[in-house]
Amino acid sequence: VSNDVAPGDAEQHDVASSVRSYLIGLFLAGALTAASFWTLRTPYLWAPGVGVALAALAIAQMGVHLVFFLKITTGPDNTNNVLALAFGVLIVTLLVGGSLWIMANLDRHHDMGAGWAHPSGESVQPQKLGRARLGGRE
Amino acid sequence: VSTVLASAAASADTPLAKRIVVGYGFWIFLLSDIILFSALFAAYAVLSGATAGGPNGAQLFHLDTAAMESGCLLLSSFTCGLGSAAATARHPRWFQIAFLVTGLLGTAFVGLEAHEFIGLVDKGAGPQRSAFLSAYFALVGCHGVHVSAGLLWLGTMMAQVYAKGFRADILRRLLCFALFWHALDIIWVGILTVVYLMGAGS
Repeated sequence: VSNDVAPGDAEQHDVASSVRSYLIGLFLAGALTAASFWTLRTPYLWAPGVGVALAALAIAQMGVHLVFFLKITTGPDNTNNVLALAFGVLIVTLLVGGSLWIMANLDRHHDMGAGWAHPSGESVQPQKLGRARLGGRE
Repeated sequence: VSTVLASAAASADTPLAKRIVVGYGFWIFLLSDIILFSALFAAYAVLSGATAGGPNGAQLFHLDTAAMESGCLLLSSFTCGLGSAAATARHPRWFQIAFLVTGLLGTAFVGLEAHEFIGLVDKGAGPQRSAFLSAYFALVGCHGVHVSAGLLWLGTMMAQVYAKGFRADILRRLLCFALFWHALDIIWVGILTVVYLMGAGS
């Protein structure tokens, strides 16, 4: 008898509870997807908060998939699986967050010159950039 | 006492069951694949406003198509789980039915996505139009390629179960396939939110 369990294998020998887990996952994931579409279309939410709400719903749904479909649990038999997942989440956060941070910073501080479409969709006018330019360009 | 000591020594020294080692190794691969996708997500997030005077997401994306694609993929993840349960119960008929439905839903997803891509290219909104569309086709296309490869794998697993039955090695492959298919659905949740919902709302 080992102290470990493969990812996706939490209830290896109990078909009924396994099917129940997939049913719960389907229901929750479907509800969260529907909530995401509702969030986008409803007039009742403060518009600037919609993006944050969508992100929160997506992260919640990823959690539902991990627990009910991939059977990643917090049990002691799952420590290795959770540690690997945590490391993956760390790298993903660094990669996506770091890219957005660096590129936003470059946009603010760097005069990209004519012809560069600013991420806002408008081309950048040099005189609009109030901040100091990088050296050697003046 | 000696049996307790022997079993304690066994659990400390004997290698883990092969199923656990294979599942864990494939889990590491999937996480590395998710990191690959996160690079494409980062590129898309940085470039999503760089439309070069061309159309943006709000003008191009149809939320109805995205909703149908989400439904196909979520239901296919569910039926894939039912197929895994059928394999655990050693029930070939239910396994084949569940995996056939999984394959049909996955095919419907790929068909919807291909239809969407062709429509965009016809409108002149192909990957060469702007940095935004390059990043869009790279991210969503990479996921579509993964699903297509998964469909080939799925067909192979149906044939192997049919020909060889629920042998231990076949069951390990089924475990890996199910992990792969569920992981693709997780990545789709990110695409649906970041590309389609946030794109349509911008």
